[in-house]
Amino acid sequence: MLLEVRDLHVEFRTRDGVAHAVNGVSYAVDAGETLAVLGESGSGKSVTAQAVMGILDMPPGRIGGGEILFQGRDLLKLKEEERRKIRGAGMAMIFQDALSALNPVLSVGDQLGEMFVVHRGMSRKDARARAVELMDRVRIPGAAQRVRDYPHQFSGGMRQRIMIAMALALEPALIIADEPTTALDVTVQAQVMDLLAELQREYHMGLILITHDLGVVADVADRIAVMYAGRIVESAPVHDIYKAPAHPYTRGLLDSIPRLDQKGQELYAIKGLPPNLMDIPPGCAFNPRCPMAQDVCRTDEPPLYEVDPHRGSACHFWRECLHG
Amino acid sequence: MPEQPFEPGRAIAGTGAGGAMDLATTEAETLERTPGGPLGTGPAAKPRSLWSDAWRDLRRNPVFIISALVILFLVVISLWPSLIASGSPLKCDLSKAQEGSQPGAPFGYDGQGCNVYTRTVYGARTSVTVGVCATLGVALLGSVLGGLAGFFGGGWDAILSRITDIFFAIPVVLGGLVLLSVVTSNTVWPVIGFMVLLGWPQICRIARGSVITAKQNDYVQAARALGASNSRILLRHIAPNAVAPVIVVATIALGTYIALEATLSYLGVGLKPPSVSWGIDISAASPYIRNAPHALLWPSGALALTVLAFIMLGDAVRDALDPKLR
Repeated sequence: MLLEVRDLHVEFRTRDGVAHAVNGVSYAVDAGETLAVLGESGSGKSVTAQAVMGILDMPPGRIGGGEILFQGRDLLKLKEEERRKIRGAGMAMIFQDALSALNPVLSVGDQLGEMFVVHRGMSRKDARARAVELMDRVRIPGAAQRVRDYPHQFSGGMRQRIMIAMALALEPALIIADEPTTALDVTVQAQVMDLLAELQREYHMGLILITHDLGVVADVADRIAVMYAGRIVESAPVHDIYKAPAHPYTRGLLDSIPRLDQKGQELYAIKGLPPNLMDIPPGCAFNPRCPMAQDVCRTDEPPLYEVDPHRGSACHFWRECLHG
Repeated sequence: MPEQPFEPGRAIAGTGAGGAMDLATTEAETLERTPGGPLGTGPAAKPRSLWSDAWRDLRRNPVFIISALVILFLVVISLWPSLIASGSPLKCDLSKAQEGSQPGAPFGYDGQGCNVYTRTVYGARTSVTVGVCATLGVALLGSVLGGLAGFFGGGWDAILSRITDIFFAIPVVLGGLVLLSVVTSNTVWPVIGFMVLLGWPQICRIARGSVITAKQNDYVQAARALGASNSRILLRHIAPNAVAPVIVVATIALGTYIALEATLSYLGVGLKPPSVSWGIDISAASPYIRNAPHALLWPSGALALTVLAFIMLGDAVRDALDPKLR
């Protein structure tokens, strides 16, 4: 396994109490594989990714327990300086909004080249040449002329390509893309997603795709992990989930996708609100919103039941859910 | 010659990279670029940054041009006062005391019979030296301490913040009277040192605040995610984005330091005769305001003009560096 997260706990200490953002997440990604992590805002999907990258703000954040095995090494046991060397070279991250994730006062060539200067000790001139290559690679027209331009001079899609180029610069083994297309137009979204998928195949990288867009997931992901209140509630190969979800929350998400054949009808929404992370309900965290909830759901926290060898669901009634 | 079929996409594609054409040309977004490349429209095809934008704004701002010219003139005469004033500011002839304007002494003579014009010109050096050195010292000390405190936070930040609070509680003039009255050296350096000592907390707070703001930007997290070290993040990603407020406040403060030097010299704790300073001259001339107002007005006017020029410059720089006003 390229990356294995085991029973990760992350909490944030705030003035009002402790927010339990991640409560025992486990997932794994292999080289060449795409794992989509799906969930609402506040479900802990981004926090998990930040913990893996090691860019969590600590304090107020704190890793309460668990292991993050990357190429066999537990990242949580490494020194900060060793982790820093892995960031960018071993694993890299693509951010949601490229305009704010690029430094406004540095030209894109300087920012791309920085990867080579920091990790490879290249001269600025060589780094600049590599930056042009990278921009070509992510298909930015006229790369040689545009390498001196500043981020605000590029369109949204082009900026996201530059983000991708930065993440790919040192050919890392793992890429974490945190909602890479959310800030883009629909037409551009597909192009950027295609580019990312293509580069992933070419370099045989592991990809963790954090998203709340089920449409994006269906096209590119191999596996899906659905998160709710800091836990994984369902984990399965992508086609199984679309065929028949084994968790009522996943079902709710799928039913929330607007469909053309339902024109004129009211859109479906999961009732209620995501739980307060400082006060997660006992039992199954989803029980107050769940249409199938029974008494046991309010008292016993469901483990991740094995649905089949490739699939897990954290629902006491996964059988009922799976079969209708 | 066979006619080439017209391909609208090709014309644009010519600037792109090899095999990537099929995708690149389909992107309408390629066309919405600002001037800056082969598709640019204007002749101004140079990349623009915050700084080059600010410089362009400044060059068009009459307030900036006027204040910059005044400051340039001041700098030149403080470096080479003999360019426009002949004679020594220390050569005084009591028999000419309080005489008015005359050839060779356009501003007249003061109570000691010194040439007011010569003394006013030579006084610029003191003011400019104090203003520039005190500002540099304050800006360096304040932004380094404030920047580090803002970046690393934690205990040192809390301690430093309390220390700045203590310094803010010290009244400047009273502090000057107490601290400088024990100094015997008659150079500008004790005065500058005093200003740095009392001035750095102001810049420190501003630098701390703007580093904290810049630190929260996504690109700082992105740089961290790509393996940049703390020093690199601080120097390359945070500092250029946090320095603008420091520059603005420092420019405005420069004017107030010049005024403060004059105040301290007026009170007798700054520079003392035989040094030449506008503050000393104002102090010496004030008892004779009825008999010889010119001896008071010229150095006061020069002081007011200098302070005004620096404050106007600071204002213009602030406007130029604030993208929201653009």
